[in-house]
Amino acid sequence: MGQFGIGQGVRRLEDQRFLTGEGRYTDDIVVPRQCHAFFVRSPFASAAITAIDIQDAASQPGVLAIYTAENLSQAGVGDIPCLALMTGRDGQKVKTPPYPALARERVHHVGDAVAIVVAETIEQAQEAAELVEVDYDPLPAVADMKAALEPDAPIVQESLSSNLCLDWAQGNETDVDAAFAKADHIARIELVNNRVVVNSMEPRALIADYDPQEDKFTLHTGSQGIYRLKDQLCQNIFNIPADKLRVITPDVGGGFGMKIFAYPEQVACLFAARELGRPVRWTGGRNESFQSDTQGRDHLTTAEMALDKDGHFLGIRVSTLANLGAYLSNFAPYIPTGASTQMYSGLYRIPAIHAEVKCVLTNTVPVDAYRGAGRPEASYVMERLVDEAARVVGLDRGEIRVRNFIRPEDLPYDTGLNRVYDSGDYPRLLKEACRQIDWDGFAARRADSRSRGLLRGIGLASYVEACGGMGEEEARISLDPDGGVTLVIGTMTNGQGHHTAYAQLLHDKFGLPLEKIRMVQGDSETVHKGGGTGGSRSLLMGGVSAQRAADRVIEKARQVAGEMLEAAPDDIEFDEGHFRIAGTDLSIELSEVARRTHEGAGNGLSPIEETDGYKAEALTFPNGCHVCEIEVDPDTGCLRIVDYVVVDDFGTVVNPMLAAGQVHGGVAQGLGQALLEHTVYDEEGQLITASFMDYAMPRADDMPEVKLTLIEDMPCKTNPMGVKGAGEAGAIGAPPAIMNALLDALIPAGVTRIDMPATPEQIWRALQDSSTAS
Amino acid sequence: MYNFDYHRPNSVDDAVRARGGSEDATFLAGGMTLLPTMKQRLASPSDIVDLSAIQDMTGVCEDDGRLAIGAMTTHASVASDPLVNQKIPALAKLAGGIGDPQVRNRGTLGGSIANADPSADYPAAVLGLGATVKTNKREISGDDFFVDMFETALEEGELILSVNFPVPDKAAYAKFPNPASRYAMVGVFVAQVGGETRVAVTGAAPSAFRVSEMEAALSNSFSADALRGINIPADGMNSDLHGSAEYRAHLVNVMARRAVESLS
Ligand SMILES: Cc1cc2nc3c(=O)[nH]c(=O)nc-3n(C[C@H](O)[C@H](O)[C@H](O)COP(=O)(O)OP(=O)(O)OC[C@H]3O[C@@H](n4cnc5c(N)ncnc54)[C@H](O)[C@@H]3O)c2cc1C
Repeated sequence: MGQFGIGQGVRRLEDQRFLTGEGRYTDDIVVPRQCHAFFVRSPFASAAITAIDIQDAASQPGVLAIYTAENLSQAGVGDIPCLALMTGRDGQKVKTPPYPALARERVHHVGDAVAIVVAETIEQAQEAAELVEVDYDPLPAVADMKAALEPDAPIVQESLSSNLCLDWAQGNETDVDAAFAKADHIARIELVNNRVVVNSMEPRALIADYDPQEDKFTLHTGSQGIYRLKDQLCQNIFNIPADKLRVITPDVGGGFGMKIFAYPEQVACLFAARELGRPVRWTGGRNESFQSDTQGRDHLTTAEMALDKDGHFLGIRVSTLANLGAYLSNFAPYIPTGASTQMYSGLYRIPAIHAEVKCVLTNTVPVDAYRGAGRPEASYVMERLVDEAARVVGLDRGEIRVRNFIRPEDLPYDTGLNRVYDSGDYPRLLKEACRQIDWDGFAARRADSRSRGLLRGIGLASYVEACGGMGEEEARISLDPDGGVTLVIGTMTNGQGHHTAYAQLLHDKFGLPLEKIRMVQGDSETVHKGGGTGGSRSLLMGGVSAQRAADRVIEKARQVAGEMLEAAPDDIEFDEGHFRIAGTDLSIELSEVARRTHEGAGNGLSPIEETDGYKAEALTFPNGCHVCEIEVDPDTGCLRIVDYVVVDDFGTVVNPMLAAGQVHGGVAQGLGQALLEHTVYDEEGQLITASFMDYAMPRADDMPEVKLTLIEDMPCKTNPMGVKGAGEAGAIGAPPAIMNALLDALIPAGVTRIDMPATPEQIWRALQDSSTAS
Repeated sequence: MYNFDYHRPNSVDDAVRARGGSEDATFLAGGMTLLPTMKQRLASPSDIVDLSAIQDMTGVCEDDGRLAIGAMTTHASVASDPLVNQKIPALAKLAGGIGDPQVRNRGTLGGSIANADPSADYPAAVLGLGATVKTNKREISGDDFFVDMFETALEEGELILSVNFPVPDKAAYAKFPNPASRYAMVGVFVAQVGGETRVAVTGAAPSAFRVSEMEAALSNSFSADALRGINIPADGMNSDLHGSAEYRAHLVNVMARRAVESLS
C-alpha cells in the first residue's frame, strides 16, 4: 500500500480548486452567441389553461422566441418518462400520467412550467415573461395525500380516474396474521416522514446548444451521471440517435439524488436551441429550486410489531401512504416501494413481514429520491417501532435490539425481502456506541438535567442500508506521455471527492504521485458508458473497474518494458513505478515506458489505453449505530444535542477523512429533517415555505460534534475491494436516533407522540397538551 | 430588478432634495431589505438615493449621558464599538445577534428602524431604552416611532439622521430566534433607565410594544420571579408556521425572565 493509498486520510485533490473559487460549474461556462431562458410558471396548483397570449411579450426588446406546449407537440417532442414501472398488488403497472416539459392544457402544481421565453439577456427574458398572458381557470387542488384519497377528492391528473397511482404490497400476509395471532405483546406506531426540499448549494443549471451543420445537440448540465439523462433525451424525448446529443456535466455543487433526473427545463431549452440555432442557457433561482426541484420523503406510516413474552420479534406489518407529487419523476414510484419495503427487516431476525404502500398523486412538486432514497424511510419506521416495542415489553432499548439482531453466525442472512446480508457484527457496533456515550450512566445525567429544570433523553438507531452494487461500470485508463495516467469513468462526483478516492486506488497500483493521476468524467464524447452516482455506488463500481483497468495497463506496459530491457515480460516485476528484471538492479521507470509508447509510429508501439469493467455481484449492506443524547428546555421547547456518537461499518475504508465528511453531511441533513426542515403546502397547494426565510435549513451551530468511529475489520464479502458504501448512512441513522432520544425525554412528561420536524413549538405544544391532559 | 435612476449625494440636504424629486424615490442604506425586494420585483423605485457617501450619518458619540448613533452605522460597528460595549452592552449584544456577518456588515440602524419589520431586533432597544429618533425635520420619541407592521411615524421623504439612546443603569436583551430566518420570533429588552423600568417586546406582535404590567412588577422587585404569572394575552400576537400567537405570548414571559436573570 502506498503512502497515499487505500486507508489514508489524504487531503482532497479537489479542495484547492473549490475553496479558492476556481470550480467550474455549469453557470461559470460562457459560450459564444448564448442567449437566456426564463420560464413562465404556474401560480396555481391546479388550473386549466384557456389561452396564452404571447404577442405583447414577443415584441419586447431582445426577445428571440417564446414557446409553449403547442410548439413542443408540433415538433413531436416527447414527455419525460417514468423509469420505474412498478407492478402493484393487483398486477397492474403504476399509472403514469403524461409529464410534458411545458404544461399542456392544464397545470398541476405551483411552479409548473407553462412557457419558455428566450432573449438576449436574462433581464429581457424576465421582463418579457411578465407580459406573457396566461388565462387560467383555477380548479380545486389537493396537496394533502390523505385528502387526495378521499372519494370526492379533486383529481390531480385528469387522465386518471383517481389519485392512487400504485397500490403495492410485499411480504407474506398470512404469516404475519399468524404471528400477530400468537403474540404476547403488540407495539403500534403512527408516524410522519416529513417532506424535505433538497436545496443543493448549486441550483440546477444548463446550457443547451445545437449545431445545424451536424444536426447535433450539446447539453451542459449538472447531473449525477450523463447517460441516464442522455438516454432519456435521445430515446424518449427527442427521438434521435445516440450520437446526436452530447451531454457534458462539469463540476456539480451537490445533488443528493435530486440531480439524477431529467427535468422540463432541459427539454425546453434543447428545443429552443434547435429552433433558434443558438445556445440557450438557464440557471434556476433559489425560488425556482423550491418550486421545481424534486423533493424528498413525504410518507405517512402505520406500523405494528408482534412480540413474544421475552421480546422476540414475531412479525411486522407496515402500511404507508407516499406522496409522489403532481407528476411521476424518473424513479418516483420505486423509492417508497422497492427501495424502502425491502429494508423493513432492518438488522433483525423477523420471521414474518408484510408491507403495503399506496402511492398518491397530489398538486405538489414531484417527489423522488433524496439521500438514502427509501432506506431512511424504512429505517425510521423500524427504529421507532423497535423503541416502542421495548417500552411495551418493558425491556431496555439496547437490550431488545441485541436480543433480536441477526448475529454474525447467522450470516449470510436472507431477510426474505430479496436482501441477503453478507457481513457485519451488529451487536458489537451497538455495544461500542453505547459504551462510548455511557448509556448505562444515563440516569445520573438525567437527574442532573432535571435539577436544572431540563428534560434529558437518550436514543439510538441501528440502521442498515442496501447500496453499492448496482448495474455495471466501466473504466478506461491511458498511460499519458509524461508517465501519468488518466482515468475515464462514468460515475459523477457531486462534490464527494471521487477524484481523490480513485487516485488513491491507482496510487497503490502505479506508485504514482496523486497529482499525476487524472480523472475525466461527465462528457459523453469521452466517457462511453456509465451508471452515474447514486446509491453510494461509485467507489465500489467505479473503484473495482478502475483497479482492473489499471492491472491491464500495467500488463501492457510490462510487455513494452520487457522489450526495452531485453527480457521476457514474465521476468519483469513492477513496483513503485519501476519495471525491474527480477533479481537484478536493471530497471526502467513507468514514465520511460510511457514516453516510448508515445514516440509515434516507427517503433511498432502505440500509446497504452485499457478498458475494464465490473458488474455488480450483490448489494452491499453498510450498517451502524447512532446514539444521541439531548436536553429539552420545557419552557421554550428548545432542544439541544448534548452528545452524538456514531459507529459505522463501511467495510474497507479508502479515505477515512472523506468517509467522515460523508457522515457529517448526512447527519446534518438527517438532523435538518428531524428538527428543522418543514415543507408546508396550504390547502390550495401553495408552498408556504418557499424560501430560506421560512424553510429552516440546518446551520453549523445546529450541529453537534459527531464522534465517529469506523470499524474496518469486516470487509464486504461480495466484492473484491470489501467496500460497503458511505454516502447516505448519516442521513439514515440521524432521524431515528434523534427522535428516539426526544421521545425518551418527553415520555416521562406524559407525551405520547411527536413527529418530525420537532420544532421548538411542536415540542412545547406536546408538553402543554400532555400537562393539560394529565 | 426594474430600472431606476441612481443618486449618491454627499450631504443630508442633497439627499432630502433628491428623494423629494420623485414620488417613487427611496433611500438606500445597507440595502439588506431593499435590494432583495427589488430583485424579487416586489419594489420598483424610480430613483435610489444612496446614503453611503454622507459622512455625518455614521458613528457613535457620547452626549450628556446618551449615546448618539448615526443612522448609517452598521450592525457590525455597533456590536464592536468600544463606547457602546462600555455604556450599553445590551445594545452591542443585540446588534451582534442580527442576521449573519454579511448582513451585519451592510445593514444599518436607520434602515432597520425605518423598515420597522415586526421581527427586527432594534425596535426592542429603541422602545426599551426610551430612545429618541432624530430626523432631518424633528426629534421623535421612541415610544411614538413604531406605528404598525412596517409602519413608522416617519413622513414621506423624512430622513433618520441618528438615534439617541439614554445610558441605562441596567439593560439586557433576550432573543428567541425564528428557526429559519433567525430574525426575532420574540425578543425582549429589559432596562432600568432614568429612574424608570422598561420592558419592550419585538417579534411577537405587528409592532414592538411595552408591557406595563411587567414594568410595574419589576419596579417593585427587579427579579425574574416577579414576572412569573404575568401572562400576555395571545390576542393580537403574530401567528405563523413557526410560532402560533399562543406560543409567542408564552415566550414573551420566558424571554423577559431570561433577560432579567442574565443581569443577576
Ligand atoms: C439574511 C438576513 C437576515 C437578517 N436578520 C435580521 C435579524 O436577525 N434581525 C434584524 O433585526 N434584522 C435582520 N435583517 C435585516 C437587516 O438587519 C437590516 O437592518 C435591514 O435589512 C434594513 O437595514 P438596511 O440598512 O439594509 O436598509 P435598506 O434595505 O437599505 O433600507 C430599508 C428601508 O429603510 C429605508 N431607509 C434606510 N435608511 C433610512 C434612513 N436613514 N432614513 C429613512 N429611511 C431609511 C429605505 O428607504 C428602505 O425603505 C436581516 C436581513 C437579511 C438580509
